[in-house]
Amino acid sequence: MTNFQLIWFILIGVLFSGFFFLEGFDFGVGMLIKSFARNDAEEDVVIRTIGPHWDGNEVWLITAGGAMFASFPMWYATLFSGYYLVLFLILASLIFRGVSFEFRANMETAKWRNFWGWAGTIGSFCAAFLFGMLFTSMIAGMPIDKNGDMTAHFLDYVNLFSVVGGVAVTVLCLVHGLNFIRLKTSGELRERALSWNKILYPVLFAGEVVFAILLFFSTDFFDKKPLSTTAIVVALVVFTVLAYWGVLGNHEWLSFIGSGLSLISVVVLIFNGLFPRVMIANNSAYSLLIKNSSSSPYTLKLMTILTFSILPIVLVYFIWSYWVFYKRLASPKQNA
Amino acid sequence: MLNLGLDILGLARFQFGMTTVFHFFFVPFSIGLAFVVAVMETMYAIKGDQDYKRMAQFWGKMFLYSFAVGVVTGIIQEFQFGMNWSEYSRFMGDIFGAPLAIEALAAFFIESTFIGMWMFTWGRFNKWVHTLFIWLVMFGSSLSALWILAANSFMQNPLGYIINKQTGHVQMVSFSKVLGNPQLWNEFPHVIFGAFVTAAFVIAGCSAWRLLKRDHVTFYRKSLNIALIIGLIFSLGSIASGDLQTRYLINNHPMTFAAMEGLYKDSTNKGEWTAVGGFDTKNHKSTWSVDVPYVLNLLSYHKTTGTVKGMNKVNKELHAKYDKKFGNDMNYYVPTKTLFWGFRIMAGAGALFALLAVVGLIMNRKKSQAIMKQRWFLYILGLCLWLPFVVNTAGWFVTEFGRYPWVVYGLLTIADAVSPNVSVASLLTSNIIYFLMFAGMGLVMVVLCHRTLKAGPDATNIDGYAAGDKEIDPYSKGAFNHD
Repeated sequence: MTNFQLIWFILIGVLFSGFFFLEGFDFGVGMLIKSFARNDAEEDVVIRTIGPHWDGNEVWLITAGGAMFASFPMWYATLFSGYYLVLFLILASLIFRGVSFEFRANMETAKWRNFWGWAGTIGSFCAAFLFGMLFTSMIAGMPIDKNGDMTAHFLDYVNLFSVVGGVAVTVLCLVHGLNFIRLKTSGELRERALSWNKILYPVLFAGEVVFAILLFFSTDFFDKKPLSTTAIVVALVVFTVLAYWGVLGNHEWLSFIGSGLSLISVVVLIFNGLFPRVMIANNSAYSLLIKNSSSSPYTLKLMTILTFSILPIVLVYFIWSYWVFYKRLASPKQNA
Repeated sequence: MLNLGLDILGLARFQFGMTTVFHFFFVPFSIGLAFVVAVMETMYAIKGDQDYKRMAQFWGKMFLYSFAVGVVTGIIQEFQFGMNWSEYSRFMGDIFGAPLAIEALAAFFIESTFIGMWMFTWGRFNKWVHTLFIWLVMFGSSLSALWILAANSFMQNPLGYIINKQTGHVQMVSFSKVLGNPQLWNEFPHVIFGAFVTAAFVIAGCSAWRLLKRDHVTFYRKSLNIALIIGLIFSLGSIASGDLQTRYLINNHPMTFAAMEGLYKDSTNKGEWTAVGGFDTKNHKSTWSVDVPYVLNLLSYHKTTGTVKGMNKVNKELHAKYDKKFGNDMNYYVPTKTLFWGFRIMAGAGALFALLAVVGLIMNRKKSQAIMKQRWFLYILGLCLWLPFVVNTAGWFVTEFGRYPWVVYGLLTIADAVSPNVSVASLLTSNIIYFLMFAGMGLVMVVLCHRTLKAGPDATNIDGYAAGDKEIDPYSKGAFNHD
């Protein structure tokens, strides 16, 4: 394994971390449109909290996908063709939720505003769940052949472990979204988000425990890397505890950072466990490895130079755009 | 399972065609609208004329709808290389992935960040700064077109690579050659100019319909003027860059060029150009045609003498060149009718756009009322608002069918590129659902644009999430209370 290959394995992890941190609250807020907001005016405010940002957040996914294609074409090809239907459903969810914000705002009748509100809500739920399910089933190992082609059955994708993983990620996004609402609104919505999280966090703890137990039985992570895997699982729980503490003590930033870091811990857990593989095959001889799935040294070097020169600039204006909109949105007046 | 005569390859090709065509309705429209809106807002910044601000906001609404659909259908594109074309991804990843990743990093972030800034900050920034935002969006989206066309150009004309002996995959050896591909620099201006023309004629068409109803006459006449000026400049630009591209094809892709001109046999020195014709694609000959002498040579070489190779000859040459590697059962004939008619639609429409723009600008002079009296002309303009979408699709068809039977010219055939492990059932399902989703989104787009147009420029609220905004203005006092 060369240094450039290692750098890119880490960079893919960083990009997915950015994606889950940002799109995590984005998905969470999306789920809240029809469940948390009680009327049309509240829905407007909820959507407005992510209005200027959701599109930029989604670019993290596109960048992660593109970077994977550029640096590990074999990984990209195996993962994307192997998860054909799951990714298709993710795309459908992302499309529905993506257009829903713009379309809903421009509908004239309550019926259609309602329709697109639901499209945003269901799309967000499905996208978060499916991402969780995809990555969980991936680390459990998949039937991959000599050519690197995956031909899996329904139960390889959907099983107890992957469903628990999907639900855990969904709940994690949901609490992250609520923590974001607490930061971005004032009044009624802000208070309600707090009380919702008081209930949801115990659910999340239960989910994390079940997930950790299943992780032990369904993957080789604890066998191969007992120390680091345990440490990351502990970190995941600690961040969640910190976020919960932020809920109980009403420290909004602590909660938000805590739930964001919990999501990042999940990504780190996955990448740490994968290393030095990128795809785990049931027959370990066919697992895809970092060292034989990557692009040429020339391309990796080129991509490294370009990424390290462009990404810092991107981060500057990306963060600046959050600063510009760093203002709370008022909850609509009651009975509005 | 029920055998419908469907195979993975056919379905994957259909899906690629369907998703790119639908995506490519919105891409040029968005790039073009960003440009036209940026011009309008710049005029406002310079002149301080409120009309230009209203224009930027009004047409900006359509831009936002189009952008939203363009973004979500764009994610499909990036994913589908891995999903449907895994063998292609393995073969091409070393070269194709890089532009795609840079596209996201360098272009999509600019686009998506600054569109949010532009959309939600009217009145919050100095007008020049706010204008800068829309120019950045326009810059970002044009940049993304550059990168994706860089990737596409490699497929049309591979440069700067070697074949890795162990893996058999292509491997990049010179990034500057990949980026300096002449194919790219012929294709890129043509696509961007086409995008500007698209937005210009949609705006011109919409304005024409409103002028027929004598609605907001000053506003729409001003819009029409800007649209037609941009339309004229860039339809001429499209024709010029199209000419460059065509002449590049004669040497580089003689098969494509011969098909575009419907030539099975070599042309004679008289340069007979087939204006329209019929083809027997099975027996490789033309059945009837209306020929005009010399035009072919004028188009191809800008002079009256010379000959152009026909498809039958090129086919033999290609067999001689590639039979060793790909076997002698390859069919090198490209889909002739598609290319022939696609090219005619594209070139014909280019000329029509230039003509309409000239006539329209003359009629729409400030002191003249001609445009309001010549209703037939407004009807033509109104109908032509659909034409750019047809033309863009035709252009895309000419380019993409033109590299048949290869996905990467001379290196990888389409049949070898497809994912072997995706089932017909999966592909059929995704095709049907995509189709329904696209139909739904297309319908909503049309309804929204129509409604925006009917509501008129006075109903403008660029903000998108307008409904309750007056009461919940986040920037009013009291909305700030942070802990």
